[in-house]
Amino acid sequence: MPNDIVVGKAAPGCKKIDPIVVASNVTRQFGGNLAVNVEHLEIPRGKITALIGPNGAGKTTLFNLLTGFDKPNTGEWTFEGKNIAGVSSYKVARRGMIRTFQLTKSLNAMTVIENMRLGAQKQRGEGFFSSLFSFLWKGEEARITETADDLLKRFKLDAKREDYAGSLSGGQRKLLEMARALMSKPSLIMLDEPMAGVNPALTQSLLEHIKGLKAGGTTVLFVEHDMHMVRHISDWVIVMAEGKVVAEGEPNVVMKDQAVIDAYLGAHHDTDLGTMKKGK
Amino acid sequence: MNQLVASRVTRVGLLFAAVAVFFSALISGTGASAAPTSHTNISFHNTDPSVSQLIVGGTVKNDGKGVAGIKLHVTGQGFDDIATTDENGKWQLVVPTKQKYKVEIDLTSLPKGVGLRDPNVTVREADVSVTDTAAVLFPLGKSTRVIQSFGDQLTIRLFAGLNLGLLLAVAAIGISLIFGTTGLNNFAHGEMVSFGALMGYTFAVIFNLPLVVAGLLTILASAIFGYFQDAALWKPLRKRRVGLNQMMIVSIGLSIVIRYLLLIFFGGETKVLSGTFEAVKLGPIDTTMSTIWSMGLAVFTLAGVALFLTRTRIGKATRAVSDNSALAAASGIDVERIIRIVWVVAGGLTGLSGLLYGLQFQASWLTGSQILLLLFAAVTLGGLGTALGATVGALIIGFVVELSSLILPVDLKYAAALVILILVLLVRPQGVLGKKQRIG
Amino acid sequence: MDLLLTLNLSISELVSPLTAAYILCAIGLSVHFGYTGLLNFGQAAFAAVGAYGMAIGVLTLKLPLLAAMGFALLCVVVFALILGIPTLRLRADYLAIVTIASAEVFRYLMSTSGFSEVTGGSNGLSQFGYEFYTWNPVPKGQYNLGLFTWTEEEVWLRLVAFSLVALSAVLVWLMMRSPWGRVMKGIREDEDAVRSLGKNVFWYKLQSLIIGGLFAGLGGIIFVIAMSNVQPSTWVTTFTFMIWTVLLLGGAATILGPIAGGMLFFVLLTLTNELLDGLRAIGWLPFLDQPQVAQIRFILIGLALMLLVVFRPQGIFGNKKELRFNA
Repeated sequence: MPNDIVVGKAAPGCKKIDPIVVASNVTRQFGGNLAVNVEHLEIPRGKITALIGPNGAGKTTLFNLLTGFDKPNTGEWTFEGKNIAGVSSYKVARRGMIRTFQLTKSLNAMTVIENMRLGAQKQRGEGFFSSLFSFLWKGEEARITETADDLLKRFKLDAKREDYAGSLSGGQRKLLEMARALMSKPSLIMLDEPMAGVNPALTQSLLEHIKGLKAGGTTVLFVEHDMHMVRHISDWVIVMAEGKVVAEGEPNVVMKDQAVIDAYLGAHHDTDLGTMKKGK
Repeated sequence: MNQLVASRVTRVGLLFAAVAVFFSALISGTGASAAPTSHTNISFHNTDPSVSQLIVGGTVKNDGKGVAGIKLHVTGQGFDDIATTDENGKWQLVVPTKQKYKVEIDLTSLPKGVGLRDPNVTVREADVSVTDTAAVLFPLGKSTRVIQSFGDQLTIRLFAGLNLGLLLAVAAIGISLIFGTTGLNNFAHGEMVSFGALMGYTFAVIFNLPLVVAGLLTILASAIFGYFQDAALWKPLRKRRVGLNQMMIVSIGLSIVIRYLLLIFFGGETKVLSGTFEAVKLGPIDTTMSTIWSMGLAVFTLAGVALFLTRTRIGKATRAVSDNSALAAASGIDVERIIRIVWVVAGGLTGLSGLLYGLQFQASWLTGSQILLLLFAAVTLGGLGTALGATVGALIIGFVVELSSLILPVDLKYAAALVILILVLLVRPQGVLGKKQRIG
Repeated sequence: MDLLLTLNLSISELVSPLTAAYILCAIGLSVHFGYTGLLNFGQAAFAAVGAYGMAIGVLTLKLPLLAAMGFALLCVVVFALILGIPTLRLRADYLAIVTIASAEVFRYLMSTSGFSEVTGGSNGLSQFGYEFYTWNPVPKGQYNLGLFTWTEEEVWLRLVAFSLVALSAVLVWLMMRSPWGRVMKGIREDEDAVRSLGKNVFWYKLQSLIIGGLFAGLGGIIFVIAMSNVQPSTWVTTFTFMIWTVLLLGGAATILGPIAGGMLFFVLLTLTNELLDGLRAIGWLPFLDQPQVAQIRFILIGLALMLLVVFRPQGIFGNKKELRFNA
């Protein structure tokens, strides 16, 4: 594979040719523990990047920090060249950086289609005064619904359209959350463990969706424990351990890296290495 | 199983026994163990229509001439009214029952430059327990009121604040333990205070038992009440996996039910529970022995709880459950049992605080609901769910309430405490002593 | 015991202006809690701000009554901002404690003697509502409506009160079927999820607090016009809890819930009271006297609140899937 990602050699914190996110000196302390301590990190634009590491490596905390859901002790980062450190989470989302959650946040007492519609941004009917006059937002609502139905079909949730999200299976909720995130056509989508709990029959199509996103020009960053998935779809892999970035590189290279294996072994003898081996 | 129950009961019993022993030692030591006798004739509903009209009245004169517009506040069992003097300085009120009434002159209603001839006596007694009328006189003269120095006022307020803070602390620890182990914001906790106060009244006044015995029985009844609440209501709700916000609203319903049950059983009038304790003067502070004993008992109880939580196996287990109940359960602690013990202990402590509150101030069906928000303020200030935090929070609230009256009108003193609560929550939601929680 | 009179009294509660006042407060709370998930335990304060705002507007600021009502609603908005801006970022149970504490602080401020020239202190205010009856288009006379006979003033008051109820219900319906309402329901379910989709959750919660507060403010206004005085002791925490009971009885996340809940609540309350009193009068309840029978009503309120929350949290009209409490 020709190198169109990295400037120079792949190393932890290395420069990218076309980064969409650039973060420096990001730290977050819990009690006396540094949960995140990232010196430098760049996410390549238009690629699928996997963020892996043992439990407690700080992956989700990093997600929370980058998307404004948590406040860092120190750190600066930019998205599409603009500084977004300290920007509230909803503003981050409006700029096109949309995330999903490890513990799925489907809105259970709302129907699937309502969940989807909520994902669309800049809706006129979401203003208080215009909400009272349906002629102001009926047309927009129809367009949003059309997009939503398209996405539901792609994620094979169209049969569940009118069901309450709470009645879906865990995997279906994951899919719904991802589909909902796509409603706003984000330039970067950040998926926190998208495969966890998803029915194996669905995984293949989910992988295709993610690849399809890349083809559509969306950058993908995801946290995952399933090494098979990581190897299969990612263009780039970033490894975290104990809050730090310990390795970076193309999937095949990184997974042979001794530092990576050590990082996993150091924290977990069992699960992660097992799936890694299975992946090979 | 039976052995287990027995040992549990003994351990919990031990705590109360310790408190009780201290209680009895203190009270019998003062030689004031006799229960008040003047209240023994009081029935639940003390309006007796067969008695002819009872009148309390008098004349307020300055230099031999009556003074108009003076306000006099007359209080007694189930009676509370204000009389105003006419142009001749005369006033009178019809009172409902044969008893002793307190008449307090409102100093702010006096004309400028006029004060009481005896400035230390603003309250006088009107006894209509034998005769049908009683006259109360407040002779006036040139204002000889000594204005207390700021230092003296401060000392007095600090003492009152400490006293209130200690009383609140004993009750607040109960809320805090329950919140810590079950996550419940118990809005019915105020009614446990009222329950304690009214049980104290029942045993000490209605049954005319010695105060020590009455105190012990009150604590016992309150502990049983706590156990019963958990067994009959909260445990089944936990089993049903009812959400915490739902349980909070259930506790609101429960508080209304208990409050009005107490009203129906005890009537609406304020009960006087105080014994015949001698007055004490400590520098500028005027107080009574009962206040001092009550403070001592509160300190002793708080220390006892601290020892219980840090030194005993059950106490340590309680803290473990508060910290992380899933982890505690995984490490072999019987969480349900701890919660049960917590309810018993919290019930006993809160009953004790109600009793002490009743002894010093008053006992009525509203006693607890009046201080409930102060208790929440204390617990939240200190950091939800930590017993030490609740104590510190309660002392802060006690001081704020009493010190606020140095600058604010007295009727805003509770408001001051609640404002402090709101401000602290905004700046430091985890409370003064609480730890910041990891999010996500 | 006169069963017919009992029934009549109970049914008159259906259309009592006080029932309408509680319903308005409950509609406000449905916006707060039912649709947005805000645990507001200070609804009494919103009603009190409306009531005092109007009374002070008329008596102190010498405004015409209609302007005073406008002033009252403005006060409600300001109160919602003061309360909401700092507190809406807090955890749900903290919000509950802060709102209940704020409501008590407001009540203390209204009853303290320091401001009694404006607020009337613990005696409250009266004689502010005459102008209301000068607007009365109903001709003078006695109106016999089968069960009840009303004067033209009683007809006018009920007409206004229940028109406001109807108007409020329609407004809430319009809001909640829109994308705006969808964001509110989303926040009720999981505010982080809604935030991650680019919505300004804080601003929406603030809007909810203001709008729900305005309905409660209207409720307070109707309440004190019906009582023809405003007293600090009305706005105690029990007032808030009665609104909660009304709301949970009908269904928190429904349009008609607060209306049906309010009517049912007060009819049942009066009915049980009258029945118990009747039983007492014929000697069946020898252990109770008349005031105690009235006190039993509160025990029933408390029990209703407990049972509803546990066994039917969605209320009579609610859809179980639509409303659950998020712990």
